[in-house]
Amino acid sequence: MIPELAHLALVLALGVALIQSTLPLVGAARGDAGMMGLARSSALAQLLLVSLAMGALIHLYVVSDFSVANVAANSHVAKPLIYKISGTWGNHEGSLLLWVWVLALFGGAVAAFGDAMPTSFRARVLAVQGMIGLAFLAFMLFTSNPFARLDPAPFEGSGLNPILQDPGLAIHPPMLYIGYVGFSMTFAFAVAALIEGRIDPSWARWMRPWALIAWASLSLGIALGSWWAYYELGWGGWWFWDPVENASFMPWLAGTALLHSLIVVEKRDSLKSWTILLAILTFGLSLLGTFLVRSGVLTSVHAFATDPARGVFILAILLVALVVPLLLYAWRAPEMRASGAFRAVSRESALIANNLILAVATLTVLLGTLYPLFLDIAAGELISVGPPYFNATFLPLMVPLLILVPIGTLLAWKRGDLARVLKLMGVAALAAVVLAAVAAWSDPRSTIVTALGFGLAGWLFAGAATDLAQRAGVGRVEIGRLWGRLVGLPRGAWATALAHTGLGVVVVGITGASAWQTEVIASVEIGESRELAGYEVTLADVSRIQGPNYVADQARFEIDRNGRPVASLTSERRSYPVEGQSTTEAGIATNPWRDLYVVLGERGDDGLWVVRLYHNPLVVWIWGGVVFMAAGAAVSLGDRRHRIGAPTPAKGRAAPAVGPAVGS
Amino acid sequence: MRRLLFLLPIVAVVAIGAGLWLGLGRDPSALPSVLIDQPVPAMDLPPVAGLATPGLATGDLGGEPMLVNVFASWCAPCRVEHPVLTRLAEVEGVPLLGINYKDEPAAAVAWLHELGNPYERIGADPEGRTGIDLGMYGVPETFVVDADGRIRYRHAGPVLPADVERVFLPLLAELRG
Repeated sequence: MIPELAHLALVLALGVALIQSTLPLVGAARGDAGMMGLARSSALAQLLLVSLAMGALIHLYVVSDFSVANVAANSHVAKPLIYKISGTWGNHEGSLLLWVWVLALFGGAVAAFGDAMPTSFRARVLAVQGMIGLAFLAFMLFTSNPFARLDPAPFEGSGLNPILQDPGLAIHPPMLYIGYVGFSMTFAFAVAALIEGRIDPSWARWMRPWALIAWASLSLGIALGSWWAYYELGWGGWWFWDPVENASFMPWLAGTALLHSLIVVEKRDSLKSWTILLAILTFGLSLLGTFLVRSGVLTSVHAFATDPARGVFILAILLVALVVPLLLYAWRAPEMRASGAFRAVSRESALIANNLILAVATLTVLLGTLYPLFLDIAAGELISVGPPYFNATFLPLMVPLLILVPIGTLLAWKRGDLARVLKLMGVAALAAVVLAAVAAWSDPRSTIVTALGFGLAGWLFAGAATDLAQRAGVGRVEIGRLWGRLVGLPRGAWATALAHTGLGVVVVGITGASAWQTEVIASVEIGESRELAGYEVTLADVSRIQGPNYVADQARFEIDRNGRPVASLTSERRSYPVEGQSTTEAGIATNPWRDLYVVLGERGDDGLWVVRLYHNPLVVWIWGGVVFMAAGAAVSLGDRRHRIGAPTPAKGRAAPAVGPAVGS
Repeated sequence: MRRLLFLLPIVAVVAIGAGLWLGLGRDPSALPSVLIDQPVPAMDLPPVAGLATPGLATGDLGGEPMLVNVFASWCAPCRVEHPVLTRLAEVEGVPLLGINYKDEPAAAVAWLHELGNPYERIGADPEGRTGIDLGMYGVPETFVVDADGRIRYRHAGPVLPADVERVFLPLLAELRG
């Protein structure tokens, strides 16, 4: 009964989405308050219906109802509860339902909290959201019904890919989807503004919270995925430039550019047409990611079970979602006029440079991701361009970007004084050189690139500190009042400092982990030791253990340094009989300065165990830095002017713009 | 004129969309190489540092039909084809020679330790020079070389079980006479 009811809820949601995507638009064009009001009620109804379906699917997984094809194909009675729940979105149909549910959540949030916006604008935003919902609900109901029955029902399910049975991966997809789908909000704001024909600073202010939520979630989602790959795949690597990683990284890069260009629209009322374009393309890249993962056009370790019919459907959604708004854009954008003029040296210019570099970086990743595919079409080749391409193209682009970050934050709007900024940054430059030198000196493997990486990180840290000090008035006000002034700074200032510091932390992690990794591969007998970067690693014991749904060889490693025990780690080679697969579980001891990472390998014919031991300096900084960046976004969300539902100072703006949309 | 500029994004999106459309449902297969029926370009590659497997030089090629596989530890499709190649080498007894393309020696050694080493010889090509001589587009690629040391077939992309049944085994049987 439950699967049928849930299916019915989805069909009803499709009908509601049809109403949501049409009538409010008509209402907004005619100034009909009743029809505009439908946007709100239908968005809330949509949320209710999709929530019912989502809840039902989770319930079916938890009770292991194998009469539902999706549950039978992806779950198993012997699986721990958390993986029964996370199994709900560990497959194509379920993850699509999650996608639609997150979409409905965002729609519901705008309906419930978007009172600051004029009614007509909110009606249009929700209508665009409704169209996206319509497309994906149709996709799900026609090609990927999660509630399809299986007759006869099997006694046992086929289980979830064991590599996905992991706490990190249980929350990775939801975070990623909040990011992807969150950019549907900025997309909807952009399209609604194009329909309405009015783009001004208040538009940017309404949109910014959604951009921040999407960006922060996507950041955390990507970091979680990278962390998972690091400890689960057992290769000691944390980023592989895999097509699916790139698929999430491209909207992140474009979204980062969008966050920065929105500031210019909000504060200076310029860069409007570029910002609209970015908002449309960022969501386009999110859809492209969905397409790449599910259509099977690219081979990847992450790819879902694929089906060309689904690919055609998503591609059609992708093209319609981009071509129609871009036509609107081509019609409206030439009319957009910036009101704020600015000089070549100004914060505006720095932010434009930021956007240009990020856009080029996005294109670089796009090219590297799609080139193999296009080459395949043109010449029948299937290749992988791999990290050499990305390291040679993407990384050099980041150097000028990172140099620019503190300069841009210190420059004044409209007309900046570069000489003054460089003078202020003198201390930062010194800090950067010192950090670079210390880092390079501390390890003989350091190269000029290592020094550059640490130098750039030092530059970012000192830049963030300089910006805060500058705003608080260090050197201008008496010391006693400084603390009060620091605390009293706008949240936006703290958010910027936090996020840019986080970026520096990421740079430290990437540089340290890439330059100073030590790897030891050895065949050892039990009790034998190997030296790893000053540590003594001993394979103490290997035993066979029985897990809830797997059997494993579990190795215990004892790690000493200078005769003192440092850590005791276990690493497992698990074999999952139901799924017929095996996984490795690395043993990891983390502290801020280094990870000790041990993996048990095969047992050779000679009875010796192959072990792989890694010393990864500073690697945890990579993910820690992302947490800082997301925290920056969270602080910015708390800024009074972005607070959702905060009263708008200009009450006149809240009046609905009646009549047909007028070009600005 | 300026208005036309704003149409550019659509052109780009439609072009990419068309490419993706064509990409759907394609079965990537082999492509003829200009080197077909030509001798393998001269090479003298050192062994991968830290590996007992000997290096690869022109003199090692020929004598009997064999496979030359270009791989790298950073290449995801290589991981996919590895068990297929291993089966060809160990079950079918086809000599398998490797060229380790633009790779870190330590990473290559770790990769082979993890997945197993079916190669009789592996030449390290850190700069990708031999790759250029072979006219490579990317990794992986696999060449069938006959007893006279001539390239008889070139396969771009991972060697999948279907390719083995359809192309490799018949061709190798023919070459062995």
